[in-house]
Amino acid sequence: MQRTSTWGPDYFHKVVDCQWACPAHTPVPEYIRLIADGRYSDAYMVNWKSNVFPGILGRTCDRPCEPACRRGRVEDEPVAICRLKRVAADNKDDIRDQLPRPAAQSNGKRIAMVGAGPASLTVARDLAPLGYEITIFDGDAKAGGMIRSQIPRFRLPEEVIDEEVGYITGLGMALRLGERVDSLKALLAEGYDAIFVGSGAPRGRDLDLPGREEARANIHIGIDWLSSVSFEHIDKIGKRVIVLGGGNTAMDCCRTSRRLGGEDVKVIVRSGFEEMKASPWEKEDAIHEDIPILNFRVPKEFTHENGKLTGVLFEVVKAEIDEKGRRKLVNSGEPDEHYACDDVLVAVGQENAFPWMERDTGLEFDEWDMPKVNPITMQSSIPNVFFGGDAAFGPKNIIWAVAHGHDAAVSIDKFCQGEDVAVRPPPEFSLISQKMGIHEWSYDNDIANDRRYRVPQRDKAVSLKDVKMEVELGFDRDIGYKEAERCLNCDVQTVFADNLCIECDACVDICPVDCITFTVESEEADLRQRLKQPALNLEQDLYVSGKLATGRVMVKDEDVCLHCGLCAERCPTGAWDMQRFTLEMTHAGAACQSR
Amino acid sequence: MTYILKPQLHHPKLAANSLGYTRRDYEGSVSTLCAGCGHDSISAAIIQACYELELPPHRIAKLSGIGCSSKTPDYFLGNSHGFNTVHGRMPSVLTGANLANKDLIYLGVSGDGDSASIGLGQFAHAIRRGVNMLYIVENNGVYGLTKGQFSATSDKGSKSKRGVVNHDAGIDLVGMALQLGATYVARSFSGDKEQLTPLIKAGLAHKGAAFIDCISPCVQFNNHNGSTKSFDYVREHNEAVNRMDFITPREPIRADYAPGSTVKVQQHDGSVLSLHKLAELYNPNNRAQALGYLQARGGRGQVVTGLLYIDPDARDLHDGLDTVDTPLNELNAAELSPSVAALEKINASLR
Repeated sequence: MQRTSTWGPDYFHKVVDCQWACPAHTPVPEYIRLIADGRYSDAYMVNWKSNVFPGILGRTCDRPCEPACRRGRVEDEPVAICRLKRVAADNKDDIRDQLPRPAAQSNGKRIAMVGAGPASLTVARDLAPLGYEITIFDGDAKAGGMIRSQIPRFRLPEEVIDEEVGYITGLGMALRLGERVDSLKALLAEGYDAIFVGSGAPRGRDLDLPGREEARANIHIGIDWLSSVSFEHIDKIGKRVIVLGGGNTAMDCCRTSRRLGGEDVKVIVRSGFEEMKASPWEKEDAIHEDIPILNFRVPKEFTHENGKLTGVLFEVVKAEIDEKGRRKLVNSGEPDEHYACDDVLVAVGQENAFPWMERDTGLEFDEWDMPKVNPITMQSSIPNVFFGGDAAFGPKNIIWAVAHGHDAAVSIDKFCQGEDVAVRPPPEFSLISQKMGIHEWSYDNDIANDRRYRVPQRDKAVSLKDVKMEVELGFDRDIGYKEAERCLNCDVQTVFADNLCIECDACVDICPVDCITFTVESEEADLRQRLKQPALNLEQDLYVSGKLATGRVMVKDEDVCLHCGLCAERCPTGAWDMQRFTLEMTHAGAACQSR
Repeated sequence: MTYILKPQLHHPKLAANSLGYTRRDYEGSVSTLCAGCGHDSISAAIIQACYELELPPHRIAKLSGIGCSSKTPDYFLGNSHGFNTVHGRMPSVLTGANLANKDLIYLGVSGDGDSASIGLGQFAHAIRRGVNMLYIVENNGVYGLTKGQFSATSDKGSKSKRGVVNHDAGIDLVGMALQLGATYVARSFSGDKEQLTPLIKAGLAHKGAAFIDCISPCVQFNNHNGSTKSFDYVREHNEAVNRMDFITPREPIRADYAPGSTVKVQQHDGSVLSLHKLAELYNPNNRAQALGYLQARGGRGQVVTGLLYIDPDARDLHDGLDTVDTPLNELNAAELSPSVAALEKINASLR
């Protein structure tokens, strides 16, 4: 196996599992250390720079970072990264003077944005301070998009949305709210230098089953219904509610129903409980609010009497693996089941809808009738039209919308400055020793043994009474500190210098997780088996040194390294050093220009 | 010196032995020796050996004297019995403990100063009496705690860190142990745990006086050009006479080597030492030949390592004294006080 090349941004970035997993590559360990240090405003700004909506994401993010977190591989649960982000947002001081200033003068380029959701707002934040004249169109009365319309207030208070959306709109841009764009042709004709489409995936899927028409008054599309609740057009629902679907929207629907008069609320889902799309913690929250989740039931018919919904009939299914190894739902042989209810909420998915895009504008569509978008540049087949968020590749989540927004902003900036959009700016990175004394480091390398802390919640009896009352109370500063101390500081890297090693084995002997082996080199597959602990997690790299004096090599399995620095503390020659790796994505602006 | 505790978190796949203990359960506190000290590798080998032998930690007694090496029992087997004796007096205390309770497994840990200078007489008598123990000397050829003077095992002609040449002859503890009647004698190197760990395992299983001289470079004071106990010197001059696999009575015996090149030696407890010969003519059952071989190779500057001598049928101090099977510390008044009739009988026989 070749000696590992650690040069460049990628090798050590991959070791920081959380940052690597985050679509926006937020420097997670960095802001967690700032929280532990009580520097909440600084922690907030590190987040704000990367992911734009720390307070919102600290409550609602899909947290791809947490399943990736190394802590989850050495004990039961990962660090509560998402809720720590909220600690930064909750405890920060007034950070307005740290925000970019509105541009002193226009650079003469006009950009239109369709939709005022997280993708468009990210593009606007990146471009407005550079002098771009930005106009945002949205059919709703307030900016925020799905953040405001689809996420219930008891998960995300309106003040948080107003604050973080306000930081962006305060950078100077024209908001044309209540103005739905209904023609791409007309928008193109207005002569904008670039157009960004961040219109989301606004159409909730319907269920075309017998009885759908007859009982229509009590059958609601989940996301439309949530939006009506958010904008206070709806404030009650029947006592008995069935929610169809197993995603996060279904979880929001059932929990909202409990707050609007629903007493007997059930979620009924086609798939098995484990295969549901909803995040585990959202299912947990629903169950905590006395909402049963019934699985393996496929809706067959809406039953009704005298034009009024009486319930839903379900076929009971089971999962089977067919000859080709695919999982299929087949009839279980049990009789159909009928569940009575007053209202049904249909939350079986959502899709993109572009009725406002004429098909003769030159914009190319693919076989699924989605606009063709380059996944790296976010550019469509019309060079000055860019896409992002759910509008680009179908429903994902806020953090992906932010990542798309940053990429699209880079493209728009390059496009407007006459540069090749395909040439992408590399991220900035650095690697700096953290040695402060013989055995002192600039970070706390003493690993905390604490298990993951639970976020305190408001009493259920109280929180179920008010749809606007936030359920989660967030970590206070003390618990926030303790949870922050669980972070392993994976960005502080173990860096090995072949030429200094005397092969004394001190690092091998001290390593608490048996990461390090000195052995003769061989092919990777063989090497992985021969380590002190076999390296069976193939997603994690091996760090292989050059040949040492005895002809052997040092091999480190990155998988479960605690980054405790004991290898470096016990190394007599400084062959091991702990070096902090920083990676900063290049956003739109001077740094992304190639000249 | 490391100020933090070694994290409790361990590799998720770390295996437990039949007692339910992982290797980490045989550790002690974090070493306070200098970074890179050879002694820490020996501690790691002891931990590995005890884990693999599946020894119950509370049945092991570790005894040591004074010095860097004698500090190490704090860094392994944190749940075993320990005794730090006066300088050089470990062999006597160990002998006493062994007489009182022969059921414990005795591990004596000492250094070149503790055993070859102040404790030389103690060393000699514990060996010649055949105390059932494993006696390890962590031999770095230098007084590290007092900043690098030559020790009694420093080779004549070797240089100190400051360039002074040693004019005294070095004591060869392996040669002494052989002459004094040790029934298991080995030499190893802290930088070669693959060799050292099986030697420790077999030494712990051996009944009688087992002795291992383990060369252990002092990174701070004796790891330079001119030293004969540095990593580089030992690696260059190491002549291993054999490689050993230690096979417990429970394990099946595998033949990993070509027939003819492997010698199997069965110890009294049923364990088998499978010795793969590296030096064609070396025979570890011949004390006189071992002494001659060591002298000849030593004279050429070679460091001979491996299992140098074994007497699988050895007897120990208790056999010699013909003590009862029950450990002496478990005998109570009823067993220790003869009845009036018995006393009469004894007295009568003496009249």
